[in-house]
Amino acid sequence: MTAPSGMPLLRIEALEKTYPTGKRALAGVDVTIDRPQVVAIIGSSGAGKSTLIRCINRLVEPTAGRILLNGGDIVALDRKGLRAARRRIGMIFQEYNLVERLTVMQNVLSGRLGYVGLIASLRYRFPAEDIQAAFALLDRVGLDGYHNQRADALSGGQRQRVGIARALMQRPDLLLLDEPTASLDPKTARQIMRLVRELVSERQTPAIINIHDVALAKAYSDRIIGLRDGIVVFDDGPAELTDEVLSVIYGDEDWTLPGEGDDEPATALSSAS
Amino acid sequence: MSATASPAYPTTWRPPSLFGSRRRRFIFWAAVVAYVIWSVSDLNIDGNRILAGLPRALDIFARMVPPDFSRWEMLLSGMLESIQIAIASTIVGALLAIPIGLAAAANLSPRPLYLLARGFIVVGRTFHEVIIAIFFVKLFGFGPVAGLLTLAVSSAIFLGKMLAEDIENMKEGPVEAIRATGASFGQVVGYAVVPQVMVKQLGVLIYRLDANLRHSTVIGIVGAGGIGQTLSASFSRYDFDFSSAILLTIAALVALGEWFSDWARRRLR
Repeated sequence: MTAPSGMPLLRIEALEKTYPTGKRALAGVDVTIDRPQVVAIIGSSGAGKSTLIRCINRLVEPTAGRILLNGGDIVALDRKGLRAARRRIGMIFQEYNLVERLTVMQNVLSGRLGYVGLIASLRYRFPAEDIQAAFALLDRVGLDGYHNQRADALSGGQRQRVGIARALMQRPDLLLLDEPTASLDPKTARQIMRLVRELVSERQTPAIINIHDVALAKAYSDRIIGLRDGIVVFDDGPAELTDEVLSVIYGDEDWTLPGEGDDEPATALSSAS
Repeated sequence: MSATASPAYPTTWRPPSLFGSRRRRFIFWAAVVAYVIWSVSDLNIDGNRILAGLPRALDIFARMVPPDFSRWEMLLSGMLESIQIAIASTIVGALLAIPIGLAAAANLSPRPLYLLARGFIVVGRTFHEVIIAIFFVKLFGFGPVAGLLTLAVSSAIFLGKMLAEDIENMKEGPVEAIRATGASFGQVVGYAVVPQVMVKQLGVLIYRLDANLRHSTVIGIVGAGGIGQTLSASFSRYDFDFSSAILLTIAALVALGEWFSDWARRRLR
Protein backbone atom coordinates (compact mmCIF):
# COMPACT_ATOMS: atom_id res chain seq x y z
CA MET A 1 0.00 0.00 0.00
CA THR A 2 2.93 2.33 0.56
CA ALA A 3 4.25 4.41 -2.31
CA PRO A 4 7.76 3.92 -3.73
CA SER A 5 10.38 5.63 -1.58
CA GLY A 6 10.32 9.39 -1.83
CA MET A 7 7.15 9.37 -3.94
CA PRO A 8 4.05 10.69 -2.18
CA LEU A 9 0.94 8.56 -2.58
CA LEU A 10 -1.06 11.37 -4.15
CA ARG A 11 0.31 14.59 -5.55
CA ILE A 12 -1.94 17.14 -7.23
CA GLU A 13 -0.05 19.81 -9.18
CA ALA A 14 -1.51 23.04 -10.57
CA LEU A 15 -4.91 21.41 -11.16
CA GLU A 16 -7.37 23.55 -13.10
CA LYS A 17 -10.91 22.93 -14.28
CA THR A 18 -13.01 25.27 -16.38
CA TYR A 19 -16.46 23.94 -17.29
CA PRO A 20 -17.90 24.42 -20.80
CA THR A 21 -20.23 27.03 -19.27
CA GLY A 22 -17.12 29.14 -18.55
CA LYS A 23 -17.26 28.58 -14.80
CA ARG A 24 -13.75 28.24 -13.38
CA ALA A 25 -14.16 25.65 -10.63
CA LEU A 26 -10.48 24.99 -9.90
CA ALA A 27 -7.83 27.65 -10.42
CA GLY A 28 -4.52 25.94 -9.71
CA VAL A 29 -4.75 23.50 -6.80
CA ASP A 30 -1.68 21.85 -5.25
CA VAL A 31 -2.17 19.11 -2.66
CA THR A 32 0.18 16.35 -1.52
CA ILE A 33 -0.91 13.40 0.57
CA ASP A 34 1.90 11.17 1.78
CA ARG A 35 0.40 9.43 4.80
CA PRO A 36 -2.70 7.32 5.48
CA GLN A 37 -4.73 10.12 7.05
CA VAL A 38 -8.23 11.55 6.87
CA VAL A 39 -8.14 14.78 4.86
CA ALA A 40 -11.28 16.90 4.99
CA ILE A 41 -12.00 19.45 2.27
CA ILE A 42 -14.26 22.30 3.35
CA GLY A 43 -15.57 25.36 1.54
CA SER A 44 -18.82 26.97 0.41
CA SER A 45 -21.04 25.44 -2.26
CA GLY A 46 -19.40 26.16 -5.59
CA ALA A 47 -15.90 26.48 -4.13
CA GLY A 48 -14.77 23.47 -6.18
CA LYS A 49 -14.82 20.68 -3.55
CA SER A 50 -16.83 18.26 -5.65
CA THR A 51 -14.90 19.12 -8.82
CA LEU A 52 -11.58 18.51 -7.07
CA ILE A 53 -12.57 15.09 -5.78
CA ARG A 54 -14.09 14.07 -9.13
CA CYS A 55 -10.98 15.14 -11.03
CA ILE A 56 -8.91 12.63 -9.04
CA ASN A 57 -10.70 9.67 -10.64
CA ARG A 58 -11.59 11.71 -13.73
CA LEU A 59 -15.36 11.50 -13.40
CA VAL A 60 -14.69 15.15 -14.28
CA GLU A 61 -11.95 15.81 -16.85
CA PRO A 62 -9.37 18.34 -15.59
CA THR A 63 -8.53 21.25 -17.90
CA ALA A 64 -4.87 21.48 -16.86
CA GLY A 65 -2.45 20.14 -14.25
CA ARG A 66 -1.21 16.75 -13.11
CA ILE A 67 -2.56 14.18 -10.65
CA LEU A 68 0.13 11.71 -9.63
CA LEU A 69 -1.16 8.57 -7.92
CA ASN A 70 1.82 6.44 -6.82
CA GLY A 71 3.91 8.46 -9.25
CA GLY A 72 1.76 7.85 -12.38
CA ASP A 73 -0.12 10.77 -13.93
CA ILE A 74 -3.86 10.00 -14.01
CA VAL A 75 -4.62 12.94 -16.29
CA ALA A 76 -2.42 11.47 -19.06
CA LEU A 77 -4.02 8.00 -19.02
CA ASP A 78 -5.98 6.55 -21.95
CA ARG A 79 -9.34 4.83 -21.34
CA LYS A 80 -7.86 1.46 -20.50
CA GLY A 81 -5.23 2.95 -18.20
CA LEU A 82 -7.91 5.08 -16.55
CA ARG A 83 -10.05 2.03 -15.81
CA ALA A 84 -7.01 0.36 -14.19
CA ALA A 85 -6.35 3.52 -12.13
CA ARG A 86 -10.00 3.78 -11.03
CA ARG A 87 -9.77 0.27 -9.58
CA ARG A 88 -7.19 1.66 -7.15
CA ILE A 89 -9.49 4.51 -6.01
CA GLY A 90 -12.62 3.81 -3.98
CA MET A 91 -15.43 6.39 -4.03
CA ILE A 92 -18.29 7.01 -1.61
CA PHE A 93 -21.15 9.35 -2.49
CA GLN A 94 -23.63 11.66 -0.78
CA GLU A 95 -26.67 9.86 -2.19
CA TYR A 96 -24.94 6.47 -1.68
CA ASN A 97 -25.47 5.73 -5.40
CA LEU A 98 -26.34 2.10 -4.80
CA VAL A 99 -28.18 0.28 -7.55
CA GLU A 100 -31.49 0.09 -5.73
CA ARG A 101 -33.03 -2.93 -7.40
CA LEU A 102 -29.97 -5.07 -6.73
CA THR A 103 -29.21 -6.84 -3.46
CA VAL A 104 -26.68 -5.63 -0.92
CA MET A 105 -24.32 -8.42 -2.01
CA GLN A 106 -24.59 -7.48 -5.70
CA ASN A 107 -23.82 -3.87 -4.82
CA VAL A 108 -20.82 -4.82 -2.68
CA LEU A 109 -19.46 -7.22 -5.31
CA SER A 110 -19.70 -4.50 -7.95
CA GLY A 111 -16.57 -3.09 -6.29
CA ARG A 112 -14.69 -5.97 -7.94
CA LEU A 113 -15.97 -5.30 -11.48
CA GLY A 114 -12.58 -3.99 -12.61
CA TYR A 115 -11.07 -7.40 -11.92
CA VAL A 116 -13.74 -9.70 -13.39
CA GLY A 117 -14.53 -10.29 -17.08
CA LEU A 118 -17.78 -9.01 -18.60
CA ILE A 119 -19.52 -12.38 -19.03
CA ALA A 120 -18.50 -13.66 -15.60
CA SER A 121 -19.64 -10.41 -13.96
CA LEU A 122 -23.03 -10.44 -15.72
CA ARG A 123 -23.54 -13.98 -14.43
CA TYR A 124 -22.38 -12.90 -10.94
CA ARG A 125 -19.56 -15.44 -11.01
CA PHE A 126 -17.04 -13.79 -8.70
CA PRO A 127 -13.92 -15.53 -7.34
CA ALA A 128 -14.35 -17.28 -3.99
CA GLU A 129 -11.98 -14.88 -2.22
CA ASP A 130 -14.03 -11.89 -3.41
CA ILE A 131 -17.22 -13.41 -2.01
CA GLN A 132 -15.47 -14.18 1.25
CA ALA A 133 -14.09 -10.63 1.39
CA ALA A 134 -17.58 -9.23 0.73
CA PHE A 135 -19.11 -11.17 3.64
CA ALA A 136 -16.21 -10.10 5.89
CA LEU A 137 -16.65 -6.43 4.91
CA LEU A 138 -20.41 -6.53 5.47
CA ASP A 139 -19.71 -7.91 8.94
CA ARG A 140 -17.11 -5.16 9.54
CA VAL A 141 -19.46 -2.31 8.58
CA GLY A 142 -22.20 -3.80 10.76
CA LEU A 143 -24.44 -5.34 8.11
CA ASP A 144 -23.90 -9.03 8.81
CA GLY A 145 -26.86 -10.98 7.47
CA TYR A 146 -28.11 -8.22 5.16
CA HIS A 147 -26.52 -9.66 1.99
CA ASN A 148 -29.78 -10.70 0.32
CA GLN A 149 -31.73 -7.52 1.22
CA ARG A 150 -32.50 -5.23 -1.66
CA ALA A 151 -30.62 -1.93 -1.43
CA ASP A 152 -33.85 0.11 -1.54
CA ALA A 153 -35.06 -1.66 1.62
CA LEU A 154 -32.25 -0.16 3.72
CA SER A 155 -32.12 3.03 5.79
CA GLY A 156 -29.81 5.89 4.80
CA GLY A 157 -27.10 4.93 7.27
CA GLN A 158 -27.25 1.29 6.19
CA ARG A 159 -27.04 2.28 2.54
CA GLN A 160 -23.95 4.36 3.21
CA ARG A 161 -22.39 1.36 4.97
CA VAL A 162 -23.01 -0.68 1.81
CA GLY A 163 -21.43 2.17 -0.18
CA ILE A 164 -18.36 2.02 2.08
CA ALA A 165 -18.16 -1.77 1.71
CA ARG A 166 -18.40 -1.44 -2.07
CA ALA A 167 -15.54 1.07 -2.15
CA LEU A 168 -13.38 -1.07 0.16
CA MET A 169 -14.00 -4.17 -1.99
CA GLN A 170 -11.70 -2.50 -4.51
CA ARG A 171 -8.85 -2.71 -1.95
CA PRO A 172 -8.14 0.89 -2.90
CA ASP A 173 -4.94 2.91 -2.42
CA LEU A 174 -7.08 5.99 -1.88
CA LEU A 175 -10.64 6.67 -0.74
CA LEU A 176 -12.68 9.59 -2.07
CA LEU A 177 -15.79 10.59 -0.11
CA ASP A 178 -18.12 13.19 -1.58
CA GLU A 179 -20.30 14.61 1.21
CA PRO A 180 -20.78 11.13 2.74
CA THR A 181 -22.87 12.41 5.65
CA ALA A 182 -24.89 15.23 4.07
CA SER A 183 -28.00 13.03 3.64
CA LEU A 184 -27.81 11.52 7.12
CA ASP A 185 -29.10 12.55 10.53
CA PRO A 186 -26.47 13.92 12.98
CA LYS A 187 -26.07 10.71 14.97
CA THR A 188 -25.76 8.47 11.89
CA ALA A 189 -23.38 11.01 10.37
CA ARG A 190 -21.05 10.70 13.36
CA GLN A 191 -21.26 6.89 13.26
CA ILE A 192 -20.33 6.89 9.58
CA MET A 193 -17.43 9.30 10.13
CA ARG A 194 -16.16 7.18 13.00
CA LEU A 195 -16.37 4.06 10.84
CA VAL A 196 -14.45 5.77 8.04
CA ARG A 197 -11.79 6.91 10.47
CA GLU A 198 -11.39 3.40 11.90
CA LEU A 199 -11.16 1.87 8.44
CA VAL A 200 -8.57 4.41 7.31
CA SER A 201 -6.26 3.44 10.18
CA GLU A 202 -7.03 -0.31 9.91
CA ARG A 203 -6.27 -0.43 6.21
CA GLN A 204 -3.67 2.34 6.15
CA THR A 205 -5.54 3.92 3.23
CA PRO A 206 -5.76 7.72 3.05
CA ALA A 207 -9.21 9.26 2.59
CA ILE A 208 -10.21 12.62 1.10
CA ILE A 209 -13.59 13.77 2.37
CA ASN A 210 -15.66 16.66 1.04
CA ILE A 211 -17.75 17.85 3.91
CA HIS A 212 -20.06 20.77 4.68
CA ASP A 213 -20.18 20.24 8.41
CA VAL A 214 -17.17 22.06 9.93
CA ALA A 215 -17.71 20.49 13.36
CA LEU A 216 -17.63 16.97 11.88
CA ALA A 217 -14.54 17.88 9.85
CA LYS A 218 -12.72 19.13 12.96
CA ALA A 219 -13.75 16.11 15.04
CA TYR A 220 -12.86 13.33 12.60
CA SER A 221 -10.03 14.51 10.35
CA ASP A 222 -6.25 14.69 10.69
CA ARG A 223 -5.93 17.55 8.24
CA ILE A 224 -8.26 20.14 6.75
CA ILE A 225 -8.02 21.81 3.36
CA GLY A 226 -10.07 24.97 2.82
CA LEU A 227 -11.12 25.82 -0.73
CA ARG A 228 -12.40 29.20 -1.85
CA ASP A 229 -13.15 30.01 -5.49
CA GLY A 230 -11.06 27.08 -6.69
CA ILE A 231 -7.95 27.94 -4.67
CA VAL A 232 -6.53 26.31 -1.53
CA VAL A 233 -6.72 28.99 1.19
CA PHE A 234 -6.05 26.73 4.16
CA ASP A 235 -4.15 23.46 4.61
CA ASP A 236 -3.33 22.45 8.17
CA GLY A 237 -4.40 20.43 11.19
CA PRO A 238 -7.94 20.84 12.60
CA ALA A 239 -6.60 22.65 15.66
CA GLU A 240 -5.45 25.54 13.44
CA LEU A 241 -8.95 26.07 12.02
CA THR A 242 -9.79 29.28 13.86
CA ASP A 243 -12.72 31.65 13.37
CA GLU A 244 -10.43 33.95 11.36
CA VAL A 245 -9.59 31.06 9.02
CA LEU A 246 -13.28 30.19 8.66
CA SER A 247 -13.92 33.78 7.58
CA VAL A 248 -11.19 33.42 4.96
CA ILE A 249 -12.77 30.20 3.66
CA TYR A 250 -16.46 31.08 3.84
CA GLY A 251 -16.49 34.87 4.01
CA ASP A 252 -17.40 37.07 6.96
CA GLU A 253 -19.86 35.62 9.42
CA ASP A 254 -20.24 35.59 13.17
CA TRP A 255 -18.71 32.17 14.06
CA THR A 256 -19.75 32.26 17.71
CA LEU A 257 -22.69 30.13 18.84
CA PRO A 258 -25.95 30.78 16.97
CA GLY A 259 -28.58 32.79 18.87
CA GLU A 260 -26.04 35.10 20.47
CA GLY A 261 -25.00 38.44 19.02
CA ASP A 262 -28.17 38.66 16.93
CA ASP A 263 -27.40 42.17 15.69
CA GLU A 264 -27.74 41.21 12.03
CA PRO A 265 -31.09 39.86 10.67
CA ALA A 266 -30.74 36.32 9.30
CA THR A 267 -32.41 37.29 6.04
CA ALA A 268 -29.66 39.76 5.12
CA LEU A 269 -27.37 38.15 2.57
CA SER A 270 -23.82 37.73 3.79
CA SER A 271 -21.02 39.15 1.67
CA ALA A 272 -19.90 35.63 0.69
CA SER A 273 -20.75 34.61 -2.86
CA MET B 1 -41.88 40.41 14.74
CA SER B 2 -45.41 41.38 15.81
CA ALA B 3 -48.39 39.29 14.68
CA THR B 4 -50.43 42.21 13.33
CA ALA B 5 -50.73 42.09 9.53
CA SER B 6 -49.25 45.03 7.68
CA PRO B 7 -51.79 46.77 5.40
CA ALA B 8 -49.02 47.28 2.82
CA TYR B 9 -49.07 43.62 1.79
CA PRO B 10 -51.61 42.49 -0.85
CA THR B 11 -54.49 40.33 0.33
CA THR B 12 -55.34 38.68 -2.98
CA TRP B 13 -53.21 36.44 -5.12
CA ARG B 14 -53.89 34.49 -8.32
CA PRO B 15 -51.47 32.10 -10.06
CA PRO B 16 -49.87 33.63 -13.16
CA SER B 17 -52.02 32.95 -16.23
CA LEU B 18 -50.79 30.62 -18.97
CA PHE B 19 -51.38 33.37 -21.52
CA GLY B 20 -49.73 36.21 -19.61
CA SER B 21 -52.62 38.67 -19.94
CA ARG B 22 -56.40 38.74 -20.49
CA ARG B 23 -55.88 40.32 -23.90
CA ARG B 24 -53.64 37.50 -25.08
CA ARG B 25 -56.12 34.93 -23.79
CA PHE B 26 -58.91 36.60 -25.75
CA ILE B 27 -56.79 36.66 -28.94
CA PHE B 28 -55.97 32.97 -28.54
CA TRP B 29 -59.59 31.84 -28.18
CA ALA B 30 -60.74 34.16 -30.98
CA ALA B 31 -58.17 32.56 -33.26
CA VAL B 32 -59.36 29.05 -32.32
CA VAL B 33 -63.02 29.92 -33.09
CA ALA B 34 -62.08 31.60 -36.39
CA TYR B 35 -60.07 28.55 -37.44
CA VAL B 36 -62.91 26.11 -36.71
CA ILE B 37 -65.40 28.23 -38.70
CA TRP B 38 -62.99 28.53 -41.65
CA SER B 39 -62.10 24.82 -41.77
CA VAL B 40 -65.72 23.63 -41.60
CA SER B 41 -66.70 25.99 -44.45
CA ASP B 42 -63.64 25.01 -46.50
CA LEU B 43 -64.04 21.21 -46.35
CA ASN B 44 -67.29 21.23 -48.43
CA ILE B 45 -69.07 19.04 -45.92
CA ASP B 46 -72.05 17.84 -47.96
CA GLY B 47 -75.01 17.01 -45.76
CA ASN B 48 -76.81 15.18 -48.57
CA ARG B 49 -73.98 12.74 -49.11
CA ILE B 50 -73.88 11.90 -45.41
CA LEU B 51 -77.68 11.38 -45.41
CA ALA B 52 -77.47 9.14 -48.51
CA GLY B 53 -74.84 6.99 -46.78
CA LEU B 54 -77.03 6.20 -43.80
CA PRO B 55 -79.41 3.74 -45.54
CA ARG B 56 -76.40 2.01 -47.13
CA ALA B 57 -74.91 1.60 -43.68
CA LEU B 58 -78.16 0.07 -42.44
CA ASP B 59 -78.12 -2.31 -45.42
CA ILE B 60 -74.55 -3.43 -44.71
CA PHE B 61 -75.32 -3.90 -41.02
CA ALA B 62 -78.40 -5.94 -41.94
CA ARG B 63 -76.35 -8.22 -44.16
CA MET B 64 -73.74 -8.61 -41.39
CA VAL B 65 -76.29 -10.27 -39.13
CA PRO B 66 -76.10 -13.10 -38.40
CA PRO B 67 -72.30 -13.49 -38.61
CA ASP B 68 -71.26 -16.46 -40.69
CA PHE B 69 -68.80 -18.70 -38.87
CA SER B 70 -69.14 -21.58 -41.36
CA ARG B 71 -65.70 -20.92 -42.87
CA TRP B 72 -64.10 -21.15 -39.41
CA GLU B 73 -61.04 -23.01 -40.70
CA MET B 74 -60.10 -20.05 -42.89
CA LEU B 75 -60.84 -17.68 -40.00
CA LEU B 76 -58.75 -19.72 -37.58
CA SER B 77 -55.73 -20.01 -39.87
CA GLY B 78 -55.85 -16.24 -40.51
CA MET B 79 -56.04 -15.48 -36.80
CA LEU B 80 -53.18 -17.86 -35.99
CA GLU B 81 -51.07 -16.22 -38.67
CA SER B 82 -51.79 -12.80 -37.17
CA ILE B 83 -50.85 -14.01 -33.67
CA GLN B 84 -47.65 -15.56 -34.99
CA ILE B 85 -46.75 -12.33 -36.79
CA ALA B 86 -47.38 -10.35 -33.59
CA ILE B 87 -45.29 -12.58 -31.32
CA ALA B 88 -42.39 -13.07 -33.74
CA SER B 89 -42.20 -9.39 -34.66
CA THR B 90 -42.23 -8.36 -30.98
CA ILE B 91 -39.30 -10.67 -30.23
CA VAL B 92 -37.28 -9.55 -33.28
CA GLY B 93 -38.16 -5.91 -32.56
CA ALA B 94 -37.07 -6.18 -28.92
CA LEU B 95 -33.68 -7.59 -29.90
CA LEU B 96 -33.15 -4.83 -32.48
CA ALA B 97 -34.32 -2.20 -29.96
CA ILE B 98 -31.42 -2.85 -27.54
CA PRO B 99 -28.64 -1.41 -29.76
CA ILE B 100 -30.96 1.34 -31.02
CA GLY B 101 -31.94 2.35 -27.47
CA LEU B 102 -28.36 2.37 -26.17
CA ALA B 103 -27.16 4.39 -29.16
CA ALA B 104 -30.02 6.89 -28.83
CA ALA B 105 -29.48 7.61 -25.11
CA ALA B 106 -27.69 10.96 -24.83
CA ASN B 107 -26.08 10.13 -21.50
CA LEU B 108 -24.40 6.91 -22.71
CA SER B 109 -23.75 7.32 -26.40
CA PRO B 110 -21.13 9.49 -28.11
CA ARG B 111 -22.61 12.53 -29.84
CA PRO B 112 -22.37 11.44 -33.52
CA LEU B 113 -23.81 7.98 -32.82
CA TYR B 114 -26.57 9.57 -30.72
CA LEU B 115 -27.56 11.91 -33.56
CA LEU B 116 -27.52 9.05 -36.07
CA ALA B 117 -29.72 6.86 -33.88
CA ARG B 118 -32.15 9.70 -33.07
CA GLY B 119 -32.37 10.55 -36.77
CA PHE B 120 -33.17 6.93 -37.57
CA ILE B 121 -35.91 6.91 -34.93
CA VAL B 122 -37.42 10.19 -36.14
CA VAL B 123 -37.49 9.06 -39.77
CA GLY B 124 -38.81 5.63 -38.81
CA ARG B 125 -41.62 7.06 -36.71
CA THR B 126 -42.70 9.35 -39.53
CA PHE B 127 -44.21 6.41 -41.37
CA HIS B 128 -47.27 4.60 -40.12
CA GLU B 129 -47.17 0.79 -39.97
CA VAL B 130 -49.49 0.58 -42.98
CA ILE B 131 -47.11 2.61 -45.14
CA ILE B 132 -44.14 0.48 -44.10
CA ALA B 133 -46.28 -2.60 -44.86
CA ILE B 134 -47.10 -1.36 -48.38
CA PHE B 135 -43.36 -0.87 -48.96
CA PHE B 136 -42.44 -4.35 -47.69
CA VAL B 137 -45.24 -5.99 -49.70
CA LYS B 138 -43.71 -4.39 -52.81
CA LEU B 139 -40.28 -5.71 -51.79
CA PHE B 140 -41.08 -9.23 -50.59
CA GLY B 141 -44.50 -9.93 -52.14
CA PHE B 142 -47.85 -10.70 -50.50
CA GLY B 143 -47.86 -12.73 -47.31
CA PRO B 144 -46.84 -12.91 -43.68
CA VAL B 145 -43.12 -12.25 -44.25
CA ALA B 146 -43.90 -8.67 -45.23
CA GLY B 147 -46.15 -8.31 -42.18
CA LEU B 148 -43.57 -9.73 -39.82
CA LEU B 149 -40.84 -7.41 -41.12
CA THR B 150 -43.14 -4.40 -40.96
CA LEU B 151 -44.04 -4.91 -37.32
CA ALA B 152 -40.48 -5.93 -36.39
CA VAL B 153 -39.12 -2.66 -37.80
CA SER B 154 -41.79 -0.45 -36.25
CA SER B 155 -41.51 -2.31 -32.90
CA ALA B 156 -37.73 -1.91 -32.90
CA ILE B 157 -38.08 1.83 -33.44
CA PHE B 158 -40.83 2.22 -30.83
CA LEU B 159 -39.13 0.06 -28.21
CA GLY B 160 -35.75 1.65 -28.98
CA LYS B 161 -37.18 5.11 -28.40
CA MET B 162 -38.83 4.07 -25.14
CA LEU B 163 -35.61 2.40 -23.96
CA ALA B 164 -33.51 5.45 -24.87
CA GLU B 165 -35.86 7.76 -22.99
CA ASP B 166 -35.89 5.49 -19.95
CA ILE B 167 -32.09 5.35 -19.95
CA GLU B 168 -31.92 9.15 -20.16
CA ASN B 169 -34.27 9.45 -17.17
CA MET B 170 -32.49 6.94 -14.94
CA LYS B 171 -30.52 8.05 -11.91
CA GLU B 172 -27.02 9.14 -12.88
CA GLY B 173 -25.52 8.38 -9.45
CA PRO B 174 -25.33 4.57 -9.64
CA VAL B 175 -23.84 4.85 -13.15
CA GLU B 176 -21.17 7.19 -11.81
CA ALA B 177 -20.51 4.85 -8.89
CA ILE B 178 -20.10 1.75 -11.07
CA ARG B 179 -17.91 3.69 -13.49
CA ALA B 180 -15.76 4.83 -10.53
CA THR B 181 -14.97 1.20 -9.65
CA GLY B 182 -13.10 0.86 -12.96
CA ALA B 183 -15.87 -1.13 -14.65
CA SER B 184 -15.99 -1.43 -18.45
CA PHE B 185 -18.84 0.01 -20.54
CA GLY B 186 -20.55 -3.39 -20.74
CA GLN B 187 -20.35 -3.77 -16.97
CA VAL B 188 -21.74 -0.27 -16.42
CA VAL B 189 -24.71 -1.22 -18.62
CA GLY B 190 -25.15 -4.57 -16.89
CA TYR B 191 -24.84 -3.31 -13.30
CA ALA B 192 -26.20 0.24 -13.35
CA VAL B 193 -28.40 0.67 -16.45
CA VAL B 194 -30.22 -2.66 -16.83
CA PRO B 195 -31.35 -2.91 -13.18
CA GLN B 196 -32.79 0.60 -13.40
CA VAL B 197 -34.71 0.20 -16.66
CA MET B 198 -35.59 -3.53 -16.71
CA VAL B 199 -39.01 -3.55 -15.02
CA LYS B 200 -40.40 -0.60 -16.99
CA GLN B 201 -39.04 -1.95 -20.27
CA LEU B 202 -40.69 -5.34 -19.68
CA GLY B 203 -43.96 -3.47 -19.21
CA VAL B 204 -43.39 -1.57 -22.45
CA LEU B 205 -42.57 -4.83 -24.23
CA ILE B 206 -45.84 -6.43 -23.13
CA TYR B 207 -47.73 -3.30 -24.19
CA ARG B 208 -46.05 -3.53 -27.61
CA LEU B 209 -47.02 -7.21 -27.94
CA ASP B 210 -50.61 -6.17 -27.34
CA ALA B 211 -50.27 -3.32 -29.86
CA ASN B 212 -48.69 -5.64 -32.44
CA LEU B 213 -51.65 -7.98 -32.08
CA ARG B 214 -53.93 -5.09 -33.08
CA HIS B 215 -51.63 -3.87 -35.85
CA SER B 216 -51.23 -7.37 -37.30
CA THR B 217 -54.98 -7.51 -37.97
CA VAL B 218 -54.79 -4.22 -39.91
CA ILE B 219 -51.67 -4.53 -42.04
CA GLY B 220 -53.13 -7.64 -43.70
CA ILE B 221 -55.50 -5.29 -45.52
CA VAL B 222 -52.58 -4.08 -47.67
CA GLY B 223 -51.51 -7.68 -48.32
CA ALA B 224 -49.08 -8.31 -45.48
CA GLY B 225 -50.69 -11.59 -44.36
CA GLY B 226 -52.79 -12.56 -41.37
CA ILE B 227 -56.50 -12.12 -40.68
CA GLY B 228 -56.54 -8.63 -42.19
CA GLN B 229 -55.95 -10.10 -45.62
CA THR B 230 -58.93 -12.43 -45.13
CA LEU B 231 -61.06 -9.52 -43.90
CA SER B 232 -60.13 -7.34 -46.87
CA ALA B 233 -61.00 -10.16 -49.30
CA SER B 234 -64.40 -10.73 -47.66
CA PHE B 235 -65.28 -7.03 -47.91
CA SER B 236 -64.39 -6.83 -51.58
CA ARG B 237 -66.56 -9.92 -52.26
CA TYR B 238 -69.48 -8.37 -50.32
CA ASP B 239 -69.37 -11.34 -47.89
CA PHE B 240 -70.51 -9.05 -45.12
CA ASP B 241 -71.70 -11.88 -42.86
CA PHE B 242 -68.23 -13.43 -42.99
CA SER B 243 -66.69 -9.98 -42.46
CA SER B 244 -68.70 -9.53 -39.28
CA ALA B 245 -67.56 -12.96 -38.04
CA ILE B 246 -63.95 -11.88 -38.61
CA LEU B 247 -64.50 -8.51 -36.89
CA LEU B 248 -66.06 -10.16 -33.85
CA THR B 249 -63.14 -12.58 -33.61
CA ILE B 250 -60.63 -9.71 -33.88
CA ALA B 251 -62.47 -7.79 -31.18
CA ALA B 252 -62.39 -10.83 -28.92
CA LEU B 253 -58.68 -11.37 -29.56
CA VAL B 254 -57.76 -7.73 -28.95
CA ALA B 255 -59.79 -7.69 -25.74
CA LEU B 256 -58.01 -10.85 -24.64
CA GLY B 257 -54.64 -9.32 -25.52
CA GLU B 258 -55.42 -6.17 -23.58
CA TRP B 259 -56.53 -8.15 -20.58
CA PHE B 260 -53.33 -10.20 -20.69
CA SER B 261 -51.24 -7.02 -21.08
CA ASP B 262 -52.90 -5.39 -18.08
CA TRP B 263 -52.55 -8.51 -15.97
CA ALA B 264 -48.91 -9.07 -16.87
CA ARG B 265 -47.91 -5.44 -16.29
CA ARG B 266 -49.69 -5.35 -12.95
CA ARG B 267 -47.71 -8.40 -11.86
CA LEU B 268 -44.41 -6.72 -12.76
CA ARG B 269 -44.75 -4.00 -10.17
